[in-house]
Amino acid sequence: MDRRSFLTRLGAIGCTAAASPLITPVALAAGPWDNRLVVIILRGGMDGLDVVRPVGDPNYAALRSTMAEGDVPFDAGFYQFHPNLAPLAPLWADGSFGAVHAVSTPYRDQRSHFDGQDILEAGTSDTNASRHDGWLNRMLQVVPGVTTETAYAIGQEQMLILQGDAPTNRWSPDARLQLSAQAHRLLDVVVHDDPLFRNAMGQAVVITDQLKADAENIEAITENMMGDSMMAAVTGGNHTKLAEFAVTRLLGESRIASFSLGGWDTHQDQARNIPRALTALSDTILTLRAGLGPVWEKTAVLCLTEFGRTARENGTRGTDHGTGGALLYAGGALRGGQVTGAWPGLAEADLYARRDLMPLGDVRATAGLVMQGLFGLNRDVIESAVFPGLQMAESPNILL
Amino acid sequence: MSFDPYVAVIRFGMGLSPHRATPARAEDLLAEVSGPDAMAAAHVLPPYAEAEPSLRTQAAANSARHRAKGTDAFDELDRRVNDLRKEALAQQERNLRATYSRAIDSTYGFRERLTAFWADHFTVIMPGGNRRHLVSPYIEEAIRPHVGGRFADMLRAVETHPMMLIYLQQVPSVGPNSQSGQRSNRGLNENLAREMLELHTLGVGSGYTQTDVRELAELLTGLTFSNSEGRFFDPKRAEPGAETVLGVTYSEEPDLDVIHAVLDDLARHPKTAQHLATKLAQHFVADDPAPELIAAIASAYTETDGDLMACYAAMLSHPAAFAQPAQKIRQPFDFIVGGLRALGLQSADIASFDTKEYRRYLFNPLRLMGQSWQRPTGPDGWADRAEDWIIPQTMAGRISWAMGVPRHLLDPLPDPREVVHWALGPNAAPEVIFAAGSAETPREGIGVIFASAAFNRR
Repeated sequence: MDRRSFLTRLGAIGCTAAASPLITPVALAAGPWDNRLVVIILRGGMDGLDVVRPVGDPNYAALRSTMAEGDVPFDAGFYQFHPNLAPLAPLWADGSFGAVHAVSTPYRDQRSHFDGQDILEAGTSDTNASRHDGWLNRMLQVVPGVTTETAYAIGQEQMLILQGDAPTNRWSPDARLQLSAQAHRLLDVVVHDDPLFRNAMGQAVVITDQLKADAENIEAITENMMGDSMMAAVTGGNHTKLAEFAVTRLLGESRIASFSLGGWDTHQDQARNIPRALTALSDTILTLRAGLGPVWEKTAVLCLTEFGRTARENGTRGTDHGTGGALLYAGGALRGGQVTGAWPGLAEADLYARRDLMPLGDVRATAGLVMQGLFGLNRDVIESAVFPGLQMAESPNILL
Repeated sequence: MSFDPYVAVIRFGMGLSPHRATPARAEDLLAEVSGPDAMAAAHVLPPYAEAEPSLRTQAAANSARHRAKGTDAFDELDRRVNDLRKEALAQQERNLRATYSRAIDSTYGFRERLTAFWADHFTVIMPGGNRRHLVSPYIEEAIRPHVGGRFADMLRAVETHPMMLIYLQQVPSVGPNSQSGQRSNRGLNENLAREMLELHTLGVGSGYTQTDVRELAELLTGLTFSNSEGRFFDPKRAEPGAETVLGVTYSEEPDLDVIHAVLDDLARHPKTAQHLATKLAQHFVADDPAPELIAAIASAYTETDGDLMACYAAMLSHPAAFAQPAQKIRQPFDFIVGGLRALGLQSADIASFDTKEYRRYLFNPLRLMGQSWQRPTGPDGWADRAEDWIIPQTMAGRISWAMGVPRHLLDPLPDPREVVHWALGPNAAPEVIFAAGSAETPREGIGVIFASAAFNRR
């Protein structure tokens, strides 16, 4: 059955599964806290100036002559959102989608995807710092009661953000494993002395066993999405599978999920190329919202990218690697319906290095604020252990 | 520790096979690379210039169809476009088959490993089914002939190759003050210049600046590609004036020679020697290799002006190359090849697979193990540390292949107690020998061998 007919079938059943007895028990499972955090890494460098367009800035139109097309789906006066985010209009209206503008990581000048992503996920201020330890993992290291179920890295992509000494889990929805009892026992023998293999295999077996046992729950969870008119816009594909798997975990014991979405490196023909990435992103957010149901009210989704892009279009109707950009967020646990952040202006003298949007805020400050608000972490813990050296005071308030 | 023939084939080659000799000394491995390319002759892959359907052929078919809109000829021309698309997919399959065949049939497989290493170093990714079949021909043309030669020659071939110009967006880059730039409002694209410095030569954090990137991007303007002309130098796009890259100022008269000159200088840069030596040692020997090993390779590079054979010789003759306990992970492609070789299979045995079998046993499993064929996520290629390859879902992919695929490849399956020695060599880990002999079926016996940590590390 393809995805559309699946959704249609769910739509035909009606809206009763929200009260399904299968959902309630998992939702009550224990975790260090009850709130949920989803961090989506937008790989490639999302162009904040195109996604959240500062149309109120007098210099904007001239900088972006080939990218201004399309209906405005919703706006915040000074800012208009990209037409392909139209499916998120209801979330904007109910206050569960918003943006922080003119922010970045501390990464400057080199504009490399790989270093930019490393800095974003490591949560450090330079590339020389520990590159194999991510900030979500460091956060887990300071919280009591964390188990391997607490946090999930999802998908085939490596997620540095969750790598480190705290136990975390990783899975990709397309992985399968079927083993006889004897084969399982012998596999234990041949990986026993190698911790990397022992752990990877152990987790693979645990997760596939769980997924079999959870089959009924997953069915119920996806049924929870039925009848949701917003889901009609969802296109399916790998990204929705990531989001669906995240839902199954977050309705269970997991409190943190992270995965990545690509397609943002729009050097060329951006007006034609960025819609696909935006549609995948809105699909993902809508899938999380529909799947999480009432848990959506306890959920924060942060969409972070390694850098913004050049203020000016390049010679090929695209944009090159830049500095400042936008942070998108969603979830009922956050105060949406707003675009916050100080605005630096787009006059040539206001730009960073006369080419990029000047970042006035640090994305880590926003992430820190969300962890403070949702998980009750102390500010000095965030400023020392999670994001060493960060000053959080400057973050705009996106908490309820 | 000195040279070990089994470690040599497993760590630097494609794995042991009952049909292949083991090398007696490091020179045997080197001779496989410097001698005639027997595998390229046995399993032919077209170089880019001869690969079909070429971009030119496709462009011609597309425009013929476009011109025929509304006429009787349209249907046939539309079929022609669709046929070319199918032909491109078929060529992509032949590319992977030939790459497998070479790896399986090679004596030791050192040349195949090196070709993969340099192809990853100079990663080109082609999205879309109508171009992906040209990646292997790019490797065949720009990389493979230089694997046993000088780095500077490989660098020239790669950085001016149509596939690289397309992938890293050099094609649309135009000097803002050039004739075309002044007329058209188009401008510079820095992508190729940036990756050239960051990934291909000096390496990230090696001291170059944004100004160097921009100057290099300006220097590269004029270097472009079109479907009809192929790669060419277009003076009308070239930014006028001299450019200074890493302190060297290049001629004001832009042409391909100036681009060759800057590439030669980048190849000769001490940071490039350091970067390439580190990558070679990290790929072949250990994630965190001994600094002396890196230094030995780097000084061989510097002393010979970038002779790659000298670098490989320095690596293979260094004690750390063999003293290092098996730490690196067999990448998914090498994992499958190593399994096929240990099972005693040769290329003829997989040649009879139809497309469905080939996808099921040799193509799709690569994705499940985290190495979708020729599709890494970016120009930096595959992340190659042990923890990048061995995570739960990709471990599930390895176990599934080990347990599920060999029984489709040969019937009856060989005795796992024999296979274990071809998989691991004469000093096989005792726990794997035990497990191979204790399985309930040959299928599971072979499965636990290939899923073992001992087989996956090299």
